[in-house]
Amino acid sequence: MYKISTSPHINSKETTHKIMRDVIVALSPAIMAALIMFGFKALLVLVTSVCACLIFEYFMSKSLGLGNTASDLSAVVTGILLALNLPATMPLWMVIIGAFMAIGVAKMAFGGIGKNIFNPALVGRVFLFISFPVQMTTWVKPHVLDFFNVDATTSATPLNVLKHITENDIFSPEYMNLFLGNIGGSMGETSALAILLGLFWLLKEKIISWHIPVYYIGSFLLCMLITQLITGNVRFDVLSHLLSGGLLLGAVFMATDYTTSPMTKNGKIIFAIGCGILTYVIRVFGAYPEGVSFAILIMNAFVPLIDKYNIQYVYGTRRK
Amino acid sequence: MKTKTFALGGIHLNKHKISARIGIEELDLPDVVYIPVKQHIGAPAKIVVKSGDKVKVGTLLAEADGKVSARVVSSISGEVCKIEEINNGQGYLETVITIKREGDEFEDNMDMSDKIISEISDNRDELLEAIKNAGIVGMGGAGFPTPIKSEIPEGKKADTLIINGIECEPYLTADCRLMEEKSEQIVIGARILNKILGIQNAIIAIDENKRRSIARLRHITKEYVGVNVQPCKSIYPQGGEKQLINAITGREVPSGKLPIDVNCVVQNVATVYAVYEAVQKHIPLFRRVLTVSGNIDWNPCNYLVRIGTPISFILEKNKIQMDKVGKVLIGGPMMGQAISSLDAPVTKTTSGITVFSEQTSRKPETTACIRCGKCVDSCPMGLMPLNIRQAVENNDLNEMKKLHIQDCILCGCCSYICPAKIPLLDYCKIGKYELTKQSKKA
Ligand code: SF4
Ligand code: SF4
Repeated sequence: MYKISTSPHINSKETTHKIMRDVIVALSPAIMAALIMFGFKALLVLVTSVCACLIFEYFMSKSLGLGNTASDLSAVVTGILLALNLPATMPLWMVIIGAFMAIGVAKMAFGGIGKNIFNPALVGRVFLFISFPVQMTTWVKPHVLDFFNVDATTSATPLNVLKHITENDIFSPEYMNLFLGNIGGSMGETSALAILLGLFWLLKEKIISWHIPVYYIGSFLLCMLITQLITGNVRFDVLSHLLSGGLLLGAVFMATDYTTSPMTKNGKIIFAIGCGILTYVIRVFGAYPEGVSFAILIMNAFVPLIDKYNIQYVYGTRRK
Repeated sequence: MKTKTFALGGIHLNKHKISARIGIEELDLPDVVYIPVKQHIGAPAKIVVKSGDKVKVGTLLAEADGKVSARVVSSISGEVCKIEEINNGQGYLETVITIKREGDEFEDNMDMSDKIISEISDNRDELLEAIKNAGIVGMGGAGFPTPIKSEIPEGKKADTLIINGIECEPYLTADCRLMEEKSEQIVIGARILNKILGIQNAIIAIDENKRRSIARLRHITKEYVGVNVQPCKSIYPQGGEKQLINAITGREVPSGKLPIDVNCVVQNVATVYAVYEAVQKHIPLFRRVLTVSGNIDWNPCNYLVRIGTPISFILEKNKIQMDKVGKVLIGGPMMGQAISSLDAPVTKTTSGITVFSEQTSRKPETTACIRCGKCVDSCPMGLMPLNIRQAVENNDLNEMKKLHIQDCILCGCCSYICPAKIPLLDYCKIGKYELTKQSKKA
């Protein structure tokens, strides 16, 4: 008697585990950058966040009867993303609370992997941001390659500088430092180079398509450019806005999260443009210098709606 | 020439065309054949022989019953010993005619020489009659009687004849070999079909990687008008009828319609070769080329086999270690059927036998859907398999209809690609079945 089963009789090598592993590989340049810039403190935050996420995922998936989903590595990705969204000086117990909000509330309470509406890492970050605004906005100067330097000289983030700049100030953007990440900010946001390396990997391994990052960043920059041209104000310097803050990290790693982004190409484009415009609105008109997390979370809420009205084009249904 | 391809979805597969360079070999004759009377879509053929009758190769066994049917001839010479119902290995009972072999004699009018006859009769009805008499059906898998496809219904017209030489299933190479070894016959066969359709526009669609076949066919088509070669991108399911029409002509067959509604006729290369043999050489469809391949250690082959040969006989001849076998497929791994018993015979539509080892026969474990959208991106029909799954789980017939589940071509791209290993194709099948059940009730 031979085995009987339905076709197809072969399957791709793709698994959830493998996808998550590739995302972790893609995140590794950003992790390296964080460790180089912020040293030992960054490592502590990172390890705490990942471990906490894994532990919450393990116990909650078991108790919810979902089997052990900790082994699919998605919690590790959430843990890394959460850590990269925090300042390196974050007290560790707060990191654990953030991890609980991310995994316990935003993910498991909705039914686990694939069922959540909001990006878990962003929920964790925003919760911490609202609960502990002081700690969340204490940015330290990076100490490049000085691993055990614990001197925590606070510094303003470039976006904060931009937000409060006036017409009379002399504005000299340091694009190179912005690009490499030698600036204040949360751990993973600072180095544009590291994030672009990650993006390259994600695209090469076909983990994500280019639509969300390109349309997100594109629509945001377009709005900024128009504003800058109209007002002539350095506050809206396009390149500084591109390279600073969480825009790149958000557009590459957060907005592209499978579960919380739309299914179809067109849906993805609508979603990404929405994120871009909201980020712009918050950065320019809002009280916060940074708008990426809120923008993505707001658009996350629209995903079911976008998916409902944005059905794929079906072969043979073109009207003649 | 530029390669062409279809617009939506598709996946890249590992081809495993291990047997692509191995010439077609005539398999020894089995001592007994089991010839099913229904090897096609439509009504089973009506049996015209009885136990004890002596038959030769080519002797009529069963006559076509109505228009949508096809006749069946004997594939060996000998004695009809039984007419009975057997399990076809796929869980269905089937009427088969069992014939015991004695020698190897052919009906007199069959021309078994190698001589290629390129002169084609001008009498359209005569050509069509020859195809009907030979019992030819679509040999690529569906088994639709060929004469019906060639007779254009009232009010419709054909302008393109597409010869499907894509063979996008992994492992299978039978069509590939046929195109390389019988190129001229295929081109003549295409011209016969052209003539029946009253057009001068046959396009042989072929995978861009089959360079030698392309070169051979190009060379030959120079001498014959009305037949051209078109390389197509190597992507699955390029050989799907709807995909191929889209690739070659840019047209889309509307939902629920047939290729002829967009003025196309699609025939598989093996069918076209059978047409050549039937019309030019008076050889009815009593044998076919099939690939025996798979992922266990043995010799992959392309065999010319008599229809009705038991699969066990073929595997024995191939000296395969049966204890290592986990799964035997009729056809390729994407759309092939797993069989439980090796008594099942080769039919007109068996393009290959794929054998998988024990280790590769297991279905992977299913995990939770991560909404990655890969199934949506891969679907060549533009469907949303994960939503279909939801609708089928809820048994929501309206939602299934809205999701165009009836347009699913069962290609399996979605199941293949899914990282959570969800058997999405199975949901499509279940949903289609539920819908048909409901419409039958209504
Ligand atoms: S099996 Fe059906 S739903 Fe799945 S990819 Fe093929 S056509 Fe689309
Ligand atoms: S491919 Fe599988 S995991 Fe991805 S969206 Fe489709 S069903 Fe879900």
